[in-house]
Amino acid sequence: MKSTPRYTPVDLLGWATFLTMTVGLYLIFMYAPTEQKMGIVQRIFYFHLPSAWTSFLAFFVVAVSSSLYLWRRERKWDRIAYASAEIGVVFCSLVLLTGPIWARPVWNVWWTWDPRLTTTLILWLMYVAYLMLRSSSESSKTSRFTAVFGILAFLDVPLVYMSTRWWRTIHPKPVIGGEPGSSGLALEMALTLMVCLLAFTLFYIYLMAQRISLEKLKDEIEEIKQNVETLKERSN
Amino acid sequence: MGFFQKVWFITWKDVKAEWRTREIFSSTFIFTLLVIVIFNFALDPGADPQTTLPGALWIAFTFAGVLGLNRSFILERENEAFQGLLLCPVDRGVIYLGKMLGSLLFMSVVELIALPIFMVFFNLNLLSLLPGLGLVILLSTLGFISVGTLFSAMSIHTKTREVMLPVLLFPVVVPVIIGAVKATDRILAQKPLSDITSWLHLLIAFDIIFLVASFLTFEFVVEE
Repeated sequence: MKSTPRYTPVDLLGWATFLTMTVGLYLIFMYAPTEQKMGIVQRIFYFHLPSAWTSFLAFFVVAVSSSLYLWRRERKWDRIAYASAEIGVVFCSLVLLTGPIWARPVWNVWWTWDPRLTTTLILWLMYVAYLMLRSSSESSKTSRFTAVFGILAFLDVPLVYMSTRWWRTIHPKPVIGGEPGSSGLALEMALTLMVCLLAFTLFYIYLMAQRISLEKLKDEIEEIKQNVETLKERSN
Repeated sequence: MGFFQKVWFITWKDVKAEWRTREIFSSTFIFTLLVIVIFNFALDPGADPQTTLPGALWIAFTFAGVLGLNRSFILERENEAFQGLLLCPVDRGVIYLGKMLGSLLFMSVVELIALPIFMVFFNLNLLSLLPGLGLVILLSTLGFISVGTLFSAMSIHTKTREVMLPVLLFPVVVPVIIGAVKATDRILAQKPLSDITSWLHLLIAFDIIFLVASFLTFEFVVEE
């Protein structure tokens, strides 16, 4: 037995995430100025945008590792795809939750069928379907099915975005003004956003590491169980 | 034997089986009819048929399509027929194209017969619009069936078979549905075909991308 080191890289990553997240929270509430028109609610943006970024990153990782799985057939790519899809859905849910909280006071509606919102919702539905497929398909086929679905879903994203944009521009609805970010972020806001983006990305990597090792443990238990079964059969 | 001949043999097998039972046709057709009837109750009777028809049409076609796709592979499960199909000395892609063409054929027949019924129930004369409408219906159905065939081959191996297919398929075919509804809407408004070119391009792009992607990934789905 090798002795376990006091701090594994994953532990260090966890602490780094914790620190950046704390700094980010301080910046959000103490440092960044209150947006003039939108008021205090705009501060949710510093969590909203990083969540969106993280979920897109996660879904991208799903597509890449799904392709690698089909190509190399190594269990590790399947684990990465699964972990990333799960975490992506969590962050995507966060986007869909923080969005309406922000939209209600600013746009006066909870929801609008704007292309960006619609695309995010469809994306969420697709990866929820991905997780459902994983939990309900026959175990020997799960990895292949979800890998195929992961690739196809990702191919679909640009088409979904394009179609929802045309759908709306042909029938415009005067609900949304410009994107708040595009009207020039103050330097303090930009800095806060950067720190939050970093914090969320680190958080994603940390969660990935944890989730993947959990899946590995599951595989090990499966293996041990099977070994026990064969031993039992042999002794009978 | 040429590539397309092989594909046609598999499609022909499905057509023959369908001709003997008429199972897919009758179920999807009656279902489409029911959707039209239900829609007439759900909508305000005074509503302008031109604004309600595109929605009703595509809801009926999408749901009927899912029914047909579900049957397409569930039938193969009986008597282990799919094993036999896999034993055919052909590429997996050929099997995919054959099954896809079969479903496309059944769906098109249902749509062809449902259109006059829509015409009657919605009091609209669609005959003069048929070329444009036919093109939109064909392109959209192709996109829908191309992904649907692949997902149907997956969903029959899940615990929640019938539910799994729409759960997987609907989010992915959102561009097709939007394109189909919007293009149908424009055509009913007597707009020239040039008015919907961007929608047609979207549908064609979807068809090509997903036909190729499904063709290439089908072998991973049916692998034993």
